[in-house]
Amino acid sequence: MVAGRRWRDHVGITSHAAEQLGDIVFVELPEAGTDVTKDEEIVVIESVKAASDILAPIDGEIVEINEAIVENPAMVNEDAQGEAWFFRMKASDPSQMDDFMDEAGYKEFIG
Amino acid sequence: MSDLRRTPLHALHIELGARMVPFAGYDMPVQYPSGIMTEHTHTREKAGLFDVSHMGQVRLSGDGVAAAFEQMVPMDVQGLAEDRQRYGFFTNAEGGIEDDLMFANRGDHLFVVVNAACKAADIARMKAVLEPEVSVDPVEDRALMALQGPAAETVLAALAPAVASMRFMDVATVDIMGAACWVSRSGYTGEDGYEISVPAGMAEPVARALLTHDDVLPIGLGARDSLRLEAGLCLYGHDIDSATTPVEAGLNWAIQKARRSGGARAGGFPGADRVLAQLQEGAARKRVGLKPEGRAPMREGVELFGAAEGGAPVGALTSGGFGPTVGGPVAMGYLPAALTSEGTVVFGELRGRRLPLTVCALPFVAAGFKR
Repeated sequence: MVAGRRWRDHVGITSHAAEQLGDIVFVELPEAGTDVTKDEEIVVIESVKAASDILAPIDGEIVEINEAIVENPAMVNEDAQGEAWFFRMKASDPSQMDDFMDEAGYKEFIG
Repeated sequence: MSDLRRTPLHALHIELGARMVPFAGYDMPVQYPSGIMTEHTHTREKAGLFDVSHMGQVRLSGDGVAAAFEQMVPMDVQGLAEDRQRYGFFTNAEGGIEDDLMFANRGDHLFVVVNAACKAADIARMKAVLEPEVSVDPVEDRALMALQGPAAETVLAALAPAVASMRFMDVATVDIMGAACWVSRSGYTGEDGYEISVPAGMAEPVARALLTHDDVLPIGLGARDSLRLEAGLCLYGHDIDSATTPVEAGLNWAIQKARRSGGARAGGFPGADRVLAQLQEGAARKRVGLKPEGRAPMREGVELFGAAEGGAPVGALTSGGFGPTVGGPVAMGYLPAALTSEGTVVFGELRGRRLPLTVCALPFVAAGFKR
């Protein structure tokens, strides 16, 4: 789960993750206003083949969700790191993000 | 990894960029770069080429082979005309299904195609029952591919004009690029099309020739599953197994009159007492089509309840997922007979919540067979 280049507090999945999941047909997001804990299962994402859970990346509050991807889950395959963000989050402890990979580190990670 | 078997088309799958997965002991393509959704839709609209070489191809030959095979299946084998094929299944002593299959009358032999995961057991079972009078010969030197979709006839007829005049479930030996291919007009997608048994050495050239056609895309196991699910077709080990009977599975149509009570050769197959009784009296549970409301796919294993709250499960899904042609989730499962009429609403438990599904007629997508 990463913030794309045009994102600030937006959370989503990478294009690489979307490609690995395959054609996405269903997304269930938490409600705006929900308080979540790091590593809590908060999103269900289903591709044609399988269901996956997505974990909260940090502690905090969901401040806005992207209804567009619920209406049109295929957007995630088309523009994962652009318009198809999942939700916006207000961090309770921004230091939890210190360990996040940057884009270069991630590209190395996925090889 | 190295234990996985490879079909004669394995190198072609890799070259085409397939994502490979282990399936029934084989390294098989689950999807190609175009993805399951595109592959599915393309097969419904044009044509798709599937490698099904992992399936078991078996020749049965010898005097009285049709009568002998009738000891193993509740089908009218003796009444099957030459160069015609039928769907069938092996039953066990309890009337459960040991595997489903296709069999064809090729004049001097029966040609049988069985599921990959069951083929070793099927061959052993056939040898035990049929030998020595009937010879059971697994065909190890041939690939099997399926060309499915409304454009299949035009595409295959360009290489072998004779296939155009075949009807649904006809079989023939056809010359394709110099290879003697065993072709049936059948498949497992609900679309018109062909299954083509090709000598292993010619499999790749024939597949390449078919793929050069603009209307043909290679299709993996992912779309094969969503296509057969929309077509309401059973997947062995999921929708049917050794504990489900043909009547429970709604496969009564596959048991011809000659083998039913009062027929010329009634019974005489494993579990006949139970199967024949169920044919007359019905079964306590039945396979049905189910459409989940909303968008969330419900998959195999989801438990079904008669009410939105409380009560014990009354059944479970045996297949389920997103139907690309339907444009929403579709599923099949078993329910008590009283809950199987069209329009009945039941509830599936998904992530701790019960969501409604409606019993509906199968198939979800009308078949396109050339009868």
